[in-house]
Formats: sequence, C-alpha cells, structure tokens
Amino acid sequence: MTTKYKVGTEKDYSVRTCAWSAPGCHPTGCGLIMHVKDGKLVEVEGDPDHPVSQGRVCVRCLSLPEVIYHPDRILYPMKRAGKKGENKWERITWDEAYDIIVEKVRYYQENYGLTSIAMMGGTGREATFYFPALSYAVLQTPNNVGVLSGLSCYGPRCAVTEYVLGAGYPEIDYAAYFPDRYDNPEFQLPEYIMIWGKSPLESNADGFFGHAIIDMMKRGTKIIAVDPRVTWLTSRAEYHLQIRPGTDAALALGMLNVIINEDLYDHEFVEKWTFGLDKLAERVQEYPPKKVADICWIKEETLVNAARAFAKAGNSSIQWGVALDMNWNGIQAIQAVLYLMVLTGNIDVPGGNTLAEPSSFMGKWRYETHHQIPEEIYEQRIGNEEFPFFNYGLMACSPDNTLDFFEKQQPYPVKMVWSNSQNPIANAACVPKRWHEAFKKIEFWVSQEIFMTPTVSAYADIVLPVATFAEHEGVVIPHFGRNSAFVGAINQCIERVGECKSDLEICFELGKRLNPKAWPWETVSEFFTEQIKEKTGLTYPELKDKVVQQQKYVYRKYEKGMLRSDGEPGFETLTGLIELKATIFESWGEDPLPYFKEPPFSPYSTPDLYAEYPLVLTTGGRKFTSFHSEHRQIPSLRQITPWPTVEIHPDTASELGIMDGDWVCIENHLGKCRMKALVQPTVHPKVVHALHGWWYPEQDGAEPNLFGTFKSNINMLMPHKKVGNLGLGANYKSNLCKVYKVSGLDD
Amino acid sequence: MSRNGLLINYGWCTGCHSCEVACRNSHGLPLDQWGIKLTQIGPFKIGEDKTEWNYVPVPTSLCDLCVDRVAEGRKPACVHNCLAQCMEYGPIDELMKKMEEIGEKVNVYLP
Repeated sequence: MTTKYKVGTEKDYSVRTCAWSAPGCHPTGCGLIMHVKDGKLVEVEGDPDHPVSQGRVCVRCLSLPEVIYHPDRILYPMKRAGKKGENKWERITWDEAYDIIVEKVRYYQENYGLTSIAMMGGTGREATFYFPALSYAVLQTPNNVGVLSGLSCYGPRCAVTEYVLGAGYPEIDYAAYFPDRYDNPEFQLPEYIMIWGKSPLESNADGFFGHAIIDMMKRGTKIIAVDPRVTWLTSRAEYHLQIRPGTDAALALGMLNVIINEDLYDHEFVEKWTFGLDKLAERVQEYPPKKVADICWIKEETLVNAARAFAKAGNSSIQWGVALDMNWNGIQAIQAVLYLMVLTGNIDVPGGNTLAEPSSFMGKWRYETHHQIPEEIYEQRIGNEEFPFFNYGLMACSPDNTLDFFEKQQPYPVKMVWSNSQNPIANAACVPKRWHEAFKKIEFWVSQEIFMTPTVSAYADIVLPVATFAEHEGVVIPHFGRNSAFVGAINQCIERVGECKSDLEICFELGKRLNPKAWPWETVSEFFTEQIKEKTGLTYPELKDKVVQQQKYVYRKYEKGMLRSDGEPGFETLTGLIELKATIFESWGEDPLPYFKEPPFSPYSTPDLYAEYPLVLTTGGRKFTSFHSEHRQIPSLRQITPWPTVEIHPDTASELGIMDGDWVCIENHLGKCRMKALVQPTVHPKVVHALHGWWYPEQDGAEPNLFGTFKSNINMLMPHKKVGNLGLGANYKSNLCKVYKVSGLDD
Repeated sequence: MSRNGLLINYGWCTGCHSCEVACRNSHGLPLDQWGIKLTQIGPFKIGEDKTEWNYVPVPTSLCDLCVDRVAEGRKPACVHNCLAQCMEYGPIDELMKKMEEIGEKVNVYLP
C-alpha cells in the first residue's frame, strides 16, 4: 500500500500531490497532503515538504472535498433531453457520447470543411494546457478560439516578451528554483518589487505562488504598488501609485522619462545588451512627469520618487499583471514596463526578473500539434486576415473576430463548438448578450465541465464530466513551461466519482477515434514520460514518487549563449539584443516604440458620455474564494464571499444616497448589472471597482434566467472590439458608468 | 511548564481565511460555527496616503488548540495552512518572548 507518495492502509491513507485543476486554478502546483478514509477525500492540507508552498494552502484547495462531493456536480456523460436552454438532460455512456461526437465531427468536416468546428477553452486550467491539442490534433480545426476581447490576458505579455526580448515569461525571482530557497547563496533578495496591475496574493497567477511576496517582505523587500485600488498589500507598500484605470502605458513612459533624463539607467547593461535607446529616449520626452501625473490622476512627486527609488535600488523586480493586457494599448504598456526592467538591468539577475530558456518543454508538443492541420487550412483561422499578428507565435484566433464570424456565419460557417472548462456568458465575454445570440446559431455544442453552468444550459447538446485533480494523473508546470521553477506530479488520490475523465484522457480517447496518428501513446503515464524525460531525467512514475522536481537556474544566460538557438551570447531577437525599439512591430503596422492612448471610453476621450456616466469603472480584482466564475456553489467559499460587490468611495456613495451593503445598479451606454455596494475609501472618488464572473448556481438554470447570468455580469458594460492595432488588448479595466440605488437583485 | 497558546503576527495576516476553513474541516464543524474567526479592522485612512487595514484571526471557545493533531506531532490546522505563515503554536512564555521581539501588530491568545 505504502509508496513514496502514498502512506497508510487501504482504508485510511494520505497522498502527496500538487494542485492544478479542475476546479479552476493556475498551474501553481501547490503541494498538498490528501487524507482519504474509506475511499473518500476527507481532508486537504498543505504539504510542508513542497519547496515553494511549504505547507501553506488557500481556501480553494481546503474546500476541495466540497467540490468533489457536491450534489450538483456533473458525474456522467449526458445528452440534451429537452430543447436547447431547457436544462434537461439524459444520462448516456461514454461510448454513446463519443459515437455521437464522431458522427457530427465527420459530418461537419465533410460538408463544411475543417474550419466549421471551433474549440473554446477556459483560462489557466489544465484545460488551457490541453485544448490546443484537442483543437488541432483531435478535432483538426485551426479555430482554437476564445471570447476574451483582445485576447487580453497573458498572451499579450508573452507575445511582447517574445519579440522584444526573445525569451519566456519574465517572472520575479523568488528563489523558487533553489531547494534552499531564499537562503541559497546565488539568490539575492530584491530591494523592491514593483507590483503592477496584479493581485498576486489572491490569484497566484500563471503559476506564481503569491505569498512568496510576503516571504520576501518579511525579509526586507519593499513594495512599489501600481493599482487603482488601495488593497491590503498596497497599504504595506512604500510607494502606491493609485493611477486612473487604463493609464498604465502613460505611467510607465513617465517613469522611463525620469530614469533616462536623470541618467539613472544601468549603462553597462543597456550599452552592451540593448538596441534603440536613442529612439526610446526621444519618445519618452513626450511624457514628462507632470503631464503623466495629470493623465494618471496621481501626484508628480510620487511618480518621480518611485521611479528614482526603483532605478537607484540594488537588484529589484517587476511583477506585471493582467491589467496591462487589459488596455487597448496594452502592447505598449507591456513594452514600456518591460523596458523599466531592462533599463534598470534587472533582467536575468538574482533578485530581478528571471527568464526561461527558449525551449520550454511540453510547450513544444502543444505547439507542434498544429502540424496536424494542413498549412492552407491553418491559414484560414478566424480573424487572421484582419489581425495578421495572430499568425506569429500566438496559438489562438482573434476573439473579437470570432464573435463577428459566429454572428454572421460569414465568411464561412461555424457549425460546431467544443467548450472546455469555460463559462463565457458569465465571464470573459464582452457584450455577453450578443455572444448569447451568436452562440445560439451553433448547431452542435459539446461542453466539458465539472458543474452545470449558464453556458452548458444554454447551448450544449452533449456534456462530458471532467475529473478534479484529485481524481486523475497529471503534471503541473508553472507558467505552462514559459518559466517553470519545478515540475509537479498530480497524483490521483481517490477513485473517481461517477464517470469523470481528465482533459488529457478525453483527448486520448477521442483522438484515437478521430486522428489516431497524433495519439500513439497507450497510457497517459507513457505520454508524460516522453514529455518530461529529456528535461528532468525522470520517468512519470519517478516524478510521481518525488512529487516535485525543481529545475536548475542559471543567471545571466544572455552572457553565456543560453538564450539563442545558435548558442551565441545575446537575445533571440532580430538584432540579437533587447529591442528598445521593437523593429518587427513596424512590419505589422504598429509603432515600434511605446505610446499612450486614452481608453476608448474615458473622461477625456468621450467627455459627452462622461457627463452622463460620471464614474470610471474598473473591474476584476481577485478574491481568495473563486477562480473567475467558478466556486460560486461551494458552501465554505460562498459564505466568505456571498455576493458580488462594487467598491465605491464614501464621498461618492454619500452623494448618491448609497449605504454600505445596498443593492445598486451599475449602468452605461452598453448595459447594466446589479451588485451590492462596498463603501470604503479604497478607490478614487471618481472610480468604482466591480467584481467579475458572477452568476447564481442556486437559481433556475433554464432560459431565460440561465442561473441569473445576466443579472450581475459586469461585462454587460464592456464594449466589443475596442482593441489595439494588432488585435490584442481591450479595456476591461477602464470604462465609464453610473451607479444608483435599487431595491434588490431583482425588483 | 506554561500552557500552550497561539501567537498571531497579524501585521502579516493577509485575510485569506485559510485558518477558518482548515479549522472547520479538521474539527468537523458546521458552516455556522468557527473555531477561529477572521476579524477585519479597516480599511480607513490615517493620513492622506496611509490606510489602516488589518485582519486579525481570533480563536473561539471551540478552539482546542488541535489537541489531537498536536498529539500526532502535527501543528494546529490553522497554523499549518496559514498562507502568510503568521501564526505560531507553543508554550505561552516562549510566545510572549517572540511577541516582544516582533514588537508590533501581534497577539498571543489563550482560547
């Protein structure tokens, strides 16, 4: 019974594992000890031997048994029993489900072509890792699409880094690569961490264990926070730049202005390893601190002092968040923030921003699956004529063009959608009612989920049950391989509830039916061994025993020829240097230098609209109790965060006659929704902040209510296709609205 | 030998609620009971650019300092799972000494 990762008796044992999904989370791979009695997971606690999480664990994992044994969980494959949207289902077998799917896939492929099927998947989860393969190597459609306008999460940061720096994701150094962590002699504690547009403590985004920030603060690291809200973390910051939402690019350019004009940059690094400083220096002259402070609604002195402190400090890092992607000039905001890391010489140095080597493992397999589609078909991806940038290293289609395609069913029809672990009409999609109408045009829809959602209820014909991470074998790799301090084993610890399967198992089984040549492996274990062996030297069973295998890290790889495929020193870019003028952007019709552009709806770009909607609306601050639209039905979590809230400054609330806890309507020219007021002095009087991803699993799931998905959905107020020149970036975090008191969620 | 207690270095408590849920799970408490409960002080302004904002977990009379876990050589559930690692369990004379070393925003509880 006892193995290296499993200790106890048949009836009473514990398993060491690493967390991922389902339910939703990022690939942070926190270490867990799962206690099992009589076949049931009875308790989850942190694994003290995990080098990064060290025994600590958040409420989402602590409440995992409530997810696994929830009465509303989807446990068996089902087919629709009533009309679409009636939320009536009939249990079927996996074979029946696969037979129906295979017949439909073949029918659409033969009659409407490979492009008539679209794959959509949710963010962050294991689904994110496997749905490109499900799209390209199982369904063989090039249309691996999403709904998030401007693909404004993670993709823009990765794309800019790839073209400006030629490397993987620049995560802050938190000594995660070292077994002895912060005590390792190679590591250096960052003097400052600048946290920009991110809630790392709550989100653990993309595989970064958020409370590592606290570890370093306890050891003396100071925080510079860029956030439109006061949060617990900003209240502990040395500098808090409480900017107007959507002005990130301006702020970064203003800080670059200070650093360049006051000659505070790292001459040795910049002269040797970068290209285009003169052009960047010219551009930043357009962004003097006074002008920028006015744009951002902050004090000039705070901007200048923070820029000076960061540039004069010893090794320091910047942790950037989704708020940068969520600008229609997000590409430029990202570029400018990246240049703050570069000009201060904080790239790939101890206590700075770490970089991964270019050959990220498993990413290679994922990427290569698109060769399962004929090149001429791959080129017909939705949206790539309007936004050709999506052809260059982004394995995705333009989400905005996807809505246009679905609505018009032009220039070619989309007949079938496969939806994996995503709930677009509750979350992510702007103009959700337009998407709702467009989705209703899809003839055949497969959903792969753990719970019934508004999306499943409204559109699905077939529902497939997904296994939680306690119920399947897997691996977890922080940052999806783009900067991974370790590889973790997801060790199955209980027998599955019902007939659920993992995302990879569904790929295997359907892949063997639809496109067997891409699925030569007999077992997932064999597959994982092939993926991890070269980089880790371990087979999958060996990884399971070790639970966590840390990777080695080499600092200053650019000096050692480790970042370029030809083995020369420098960076994998056109010039071989970090491009302070991004030469390649010009060929895509974008300015090679960063600039600031007002959000599409703002006090300055639309003053008439501002007169009617006099508050700036920002959204999407994270909570410990949910992953986007997930976890709303989990009792322990819903108790902590029972309702969606909108944060309003006390002066503004008082003018509007709103008291803390009142139901209010948030409305603009695009739509409205209802939340409870959270009155506190954490936002600017002209700014409100609303939570995202709210729906009500306890309500009627059939049309037209659909679990109340349109009642508190803040994306009702978000515009369609207000994106950057490259099709990337959309202003989810900066719109306009008005707020007024109402009597309840429903009047 | 002195009694055991809980030290909470609440200056670092990030308000994650892990202590509450871990405690409830390990003691089999229903949803309307807490062995330890997070309280919130603030946020309120104490200066133009300064905000007071503290979370302070407080053990209740249902707290038995995880006597069963401790007997097995484990830490109390709240201490073990705390994301900010701002809780400690031990003899109160030692905790009182640590409290003085920490110097601010710290409590020692005898539930």
